[in-house]
Amino acid sequence: MNNKLINNSKTDRFILFLNKIVLSLIVLIVTVPLLYVLLGSFLQPDVLLTRGISFDPSHWTIDGYVRIFQDGTIMRGFFNSIIYATGFTLVAIVFTIMAGYSLSVDGLVGKKAIMIYFIFTMFFNGGMVPTYLLVRELGMLNTPWAIILPGAITVWNIILARTYFKGLPVALKEAAMIDGASDTRIFLSIILPLSKPIIFVLALYSFIGQWNAYFNAMIYLEDRSLYPLQLILRDILIQNEVQPGMIGDQMARAELQRLAEMIKYSAIVIASLPLMIMYPFFQKYFEKGVMVGSLK
Amino acid sequence: MATPKSDTITSGMPQAEKKKNSPLAYIRKNYILYLFLLPAIILVFVFNYIPMYGVTIAFKDFSPLKGIAASEWVGLEHFRKFLESPNFQQIFVNTIKLSTFELLLGFPVPIILALMLNQVRRAGIKKNIQLVIYAPHFISVVVIAGMIFIFLSPAGPLNALLGLVLDRPVSFMSEPGYFRTIFIASGIWQGAGFASIIYVAALSNVDPQLHDAATIDGASLLQRIRHIDLQTLKPTMTVLFILAVGGIMTIGFEKAYLLQTSMNLPASEIIDTYVYKRGLQAADWSFGAAIGLFNSVISLILLVTVNFIVKKVNGETLY
Repeated sequence: MNNKLINNSKTDRFILFLNKIVLSLIVLIVTVPLLYVLLGSFLQPDVLLTRGISFDPSHWTIDGYVRIFQDGTIMRGFFNSIIYATGFTLVAIVFTIMAGYSLSVDGLVGKKAIMIYFIFTMFFNGGMVPTYLLVRELGMLNTPWAIILPGAITVWNIILARTYFKGLPVALKEAAMIDGASDTRIFLSIILPLSKPIIFVLALYSFIGQWNAYFNAMIYLEDRSLYPLQLILRDILIQNEVQPGMIGDQMARAELQRLAEMIKYSAIVIASLPLMIMYPFFQKYFEKGVMVGSLK
Repeated sequence: MATPKSDTITSGMPQAEKKKNSPLAYIRKNYILYLFLLPAIILVFVFNYIPMYGVTIAFKDFSPLKGIAASEWVGLEHFRKFLESPNFQQIFVNTIKLSTFELLLGFPVPIILALMLNQVRRAGIKKNIQLVIYAPHFISVVVIAGMIFIFLSPAGPLNALLGLVLDRPVSFMSEPGYFRTIFIASGIWQGAGFASIIYVAALSNVDPQLHDAATIDGASLLQRIRHIDLQTLKPTMTVLFILAVGGIMTIGFEKAYLLQTSMNLPASEIIDTYVYKRGLQAADWSFGAAIGLFNSVISLILLVTVNFIVKKVNGETLY
């Protein structure tokens, strides 16, 4: 754009200047709370509570992290979350891609009926109580299946996949067909290799969605050893429960409270850092995902 | 594609020509495609359609011993109980207020953000700003709620700042009056950046020549934003608005539940949190299912109505 050459009136330039200021403010508003928690997790709790963020090295500590690693509850939650999110993503991706491919085939008999069957569920659902009763009836309460199976198929994702497949060049498929390739062959050796972007986008969405979820785990899991990370975090951050392994035995109540506060900061950092570090590498895929969705 | 036409090409048999109109023959020939669909169809049947049958317990007195079919019908008894309960009005108004305010305040922010980002000339700077403002989207709702409790606690940093002007800390989380503001502001903080992606993408499709031509014709920056950029965004805005209204009754329930304290309940109890407490925690299955159904039906009506109105007004529609 060579607008710079043609414009600008004084007002325009003022508005552009204002725009920069406001955007900088927005960046500050987003980053300051995150940095506060990050720095706070390395500060002695009394210093943080009485004086705020301090850059004096004698006030720094990694005690919060040490206690979290010692206790193991968070680490077990971390491990559980990896299993749940991976399982959920596998089920979601494999079945969504397969269904999306079939629905993208021109002339599939019964396509309309099948689409209506799927889309209807976007407008109406049974709700929390009937779903819970079903999961209980299936004997999945307090098992990983209750986390992995319900919600793995999202109709929206099937539509996304279908849209993507429809956009692939038909010529390739037709050539293979003339050579006598079967549907399975075409799907495995022509369609799948071309579908890495959509598979990656859907996998990212599913994995992150499941990684950050707590609600299903809260209603379906009872056994603490099955808890995913988010549920453990909820106990620490919201319910103010400190795991016994994180603190020594004879501690004064006030000391205990200060420690609990510090553990909160470290727990937030441990839980959020992996995604915060990884997502810039995936940024373009998120944008791509939104674009596919907007085509519909 | 495995159309009947290519079928004849590959096999070259005249019988295939005859069979081409029969759907059964098509299915037999392309059964793999249906096998591909099967897992998704089964999972949707089990986890979406069976609960739809299960919602009939809203009209029954469900007892787990008898099962759904054998439980007695009670008609609209549970709905009547909910509508007449002293909590009803408050919970209903809380739900409507929370989601309407969130929609009205939250919806324009990503659009404005995208328009602002679109004015950043240098691509590198724009990318970096985007990188930063998308970040909170990836933080879990539990952590967001945890951060809210930390920042707003009487001994927290916000009160430390306010302590310069006020003589006594504000207990934000136990004051019903602050709940909606906290809920909505944190929602915008977390989601607005990421939600702007779709608008930024739409704006990148605008032909720069349009802007150049308008500038030569003497259009000011604001005029160009209004007549070119905003017009480009209109279809996207419409679809997202309809979807948002359709989701109005189910908005942000996971966060609302986390931010609830016994003190702020007068503002924070919404229909979905109430369903959870009565239906699952108190095991009042039928009553919970009835409230849930009441909620879904309102959502459905809202979605259809808004879609109808928008269609009338500017011809865009969702389905």
